Amino acid sequence: MVENEFGVLSRVASLFSGRGFNIDSLSVAPTNEEGLSRMTIVTRGDDKILEQINKQLNKLIDVLKVIDFTDGSGIEREMALIKVTAEDESRAEVLRIVDIFRAKIIDVTPKSYTIEATGNPLKIDAILDLLRPLGLKELVRTGSVTIGRGAKGWKG
Amino acid sequence: MKMNGARIMLECLKKEGVDTVFGYPGGTVINIYDELFSFKEIRHILPRHEQAGTHAADGYARATGKVGVAIATSGPGATNTVTAIATAYMDSIPMVIVTGQVPTALIGNDAFQEVDIIGITRPCTKHSFLIRDVKDIATIMKKAFYIARTGRPGPVLVDFPKDIQVAMGEFSYPDSVEIRSYKPTVEGHPRQVEKACKMILEARRPVLYVGGGVVLGDASEQLTVLARKLGVPVTTTLMGLGSFPGDDPLSLGMLGMHGAYCANMAMTHSDLIIAVGSRFDDRVTGKLATFAPHAKIIHVDVDPTSIKKNVRVDLPIVGDVKDVLAQMIKFTEKMMDKTAEFVAAMEPWHQEISAWKDKHPISYKSSTTTIKPQFVIQKLRELCDENAIISTDVGQHQMWTAQFFKFNSPRTLLTSGGLGTMGYGLPAAMGAQAAFPGRQVITICGDGGVQMNIQEMATLVQNRLPVKIVILNNNFLGMVRQWQELFFDKRYSQTCMELPIDYIKLADAYGAKGFLATKPDEVEKVIKQGFAEKGPVIMEFKIAREEKVLPMVPAGASLNEMVLNA
Repeated sequence: MVENEFGVLSRVASLFSGRGFNIDSLSVAPTNEEGLSRMTIVTRGDDKILEQINKQLNKLIDVLKVIDFTDGSGIEREMALIKVTAEDESRAEVLRIVDIFRAKIIDVTPKSYTIEATGNPLKIDAILDLLRPLGLKELVRTGSVTIGRGAKGWKG
Repeated sequence: MKMNGARIMLECLKKEGVDTVFGYPGGTVINIYDELFSFKEIRHILPRHEQAGTHAADGYARATGKVGVAIATSGPGATNTVTAIATAYMDSIPMVIVTGQVPTALIGNDAFQEVDIIGITRPCTKHSFLIRDVKDIATIMKKAFYIARTGRPGPVLVDFPKDIQVAMGEFSYPDSVEIRSYKPTVEGHPRQVEKACKMILEARRPVLYVGGGVVLGDASEQLTVLARKLGVPVTTTLMGLGSFPGDDPLSLGMLGMHGAYCANMAMTHSDLIIAVGSRFDDRVTGKLATFAPHAKIIHVDVDPTSIKKNVRVDLPIVGDVKDVLAQMIKFTEKMMDKTAEFVAAMEPWHQEISAWKDKHPISYKSSTTTIKPQFVIQKLRELCDENAIISTDVGQHQMWTAQFFKFNSPRTLLTSGGLGTMGYGLPAAMGAQAAFPGRQVITICGDGGVQMNIQEMATLVQNRLPVKIVILNNNFLGMVRQWQELFFDKRYSQTCMELPIDYIKLADAYGAKGFLATKPDEVEKVIKQGFAEKGPVIMEFKIAREEKVLPMVPAGASLNEMVLNA
């Protein structure tokens, strides 16, 4: 949870690059609370590195709270917009895959489908694996957003 | 009362109790300077370079414990402060740097003297602010000073666009500051402290390993009381020198790359290291895999990121060192019997340590023909005032000062430890002298570093700041030369400063006095002459050219693999 202040995104991003931490994905948007935004960052490292990342983020003045979901306690979702070649016999195959993954077709042309898929990032990976042989023309992923399970909000 | 933004800025500084600022005018701060013209409550010192001005604010902060303030114009003025800001950041020095910025409408337009100074300094400031409304000046300044001096201190940059300086607004300074996302932990957790004390009382070979945090946290008194009460030996980092009396029998001196043999051996053979306000820097630990192999580690630090960053820690305590040490004193007082038993059981450890002290004390071969730099340091120590403030540059002279000066009180050594900034010594001394006009301020420099900010001689003379500049001149960039001698087959690539400078004439050109010693028997006379002068002075000592800093732990070696004679 970060203050909606000037430069907060670059502070977080430059902390990762300056200290040699990885960012696999990062998403950020305002929350329901005035002046607060939430960033979801997917990163990797051993326990020591993850502990440093946690502490270094907390040290940034504009960071209000760091919520650690490395224990798997959160529900993680990602959305992908996928433009896939769909001609002749492959059109039906694409529709079947979309149906199985409970995705949606959001744009159609005679030569393509554009798909909106939502789910755990592993599910997105899976639908992409199936669509890839049919011809992926373009892919946009949002990166993960994550929320804790249960009745409690982030403040506890 | 309505006033313009520039005036509001000055009123904020006054409210923060700022009496001295170091700054350099320019296009985007001209309005601040116009207000300063008739603002008599703040003394402004004009350096000859913004880097030096910002180092001076740093020296002022280190010597006083207050927040140092520097002002620079946008663009090149701002970029010139970067080295000094990074220096302060690495050593956790509280500072507020105000930079001018082009008018808000022009930001991003590649305007004349525009630079994204917030972007440039992001990794070397604790925080930074861009003022975008005249209404925000007071709250931003209040936050800037609060952030700079609390928690682990550090430099805060405030970027101040020209149009906001001109805009009119109401001045009202907030009484308190509340930043919901910034709440540094001050009090150490009592349970952790209790556990730490129990660990200490069970140890038989403990060492207090003390860093700059004890100086910055004004905790020297508590440290000294605790160490003496328990009889635990104390070694300090470069930044920790002065936090514990260097001439106390419990003092092991400095540890690490150029540390004392006894200090490094004590760390290697210790069963409990109590790290206080220190951060296990690579110059301290040597090879991490073999660092303190037998020791449990207690780490007390106000900054949680310092803990477990480089070494494993058995017991972390996040908190202000002064508070934690005070709690420790109380706790050990409650356990008098155990404490007495502990003190008695440490006798063999003390004997082992004194054997190491006797075996390889910090020493040098004296000479009657060439001036040994260590001899100059010892003479300076002998002849200077007891409360003198010493600043150094970076390199061999810095290590000789650390080894031979025996600092007894905190805030008497100003040195760039983390960043290792050549050119720091002279302007830092200038800042300290501005804070303490009546105290003796000495800067000990090499001939390399002193030339990086030598222009500040003018500032010293103009502002009647009687800094004593000691130049240990070997016509070499000595520390790099030493590495080239030891590790690069004596291939002295670009380390010989071939042009001899006449520093006596140089002093004269600036309207200061210069004294030169070329032989050992002239050293004392030159120091006495220099100290007797009322104004700023250069004292130049032509020293043994190839003298090395020893002992030395080669980079990447273990602490107990010291080169003692080479």
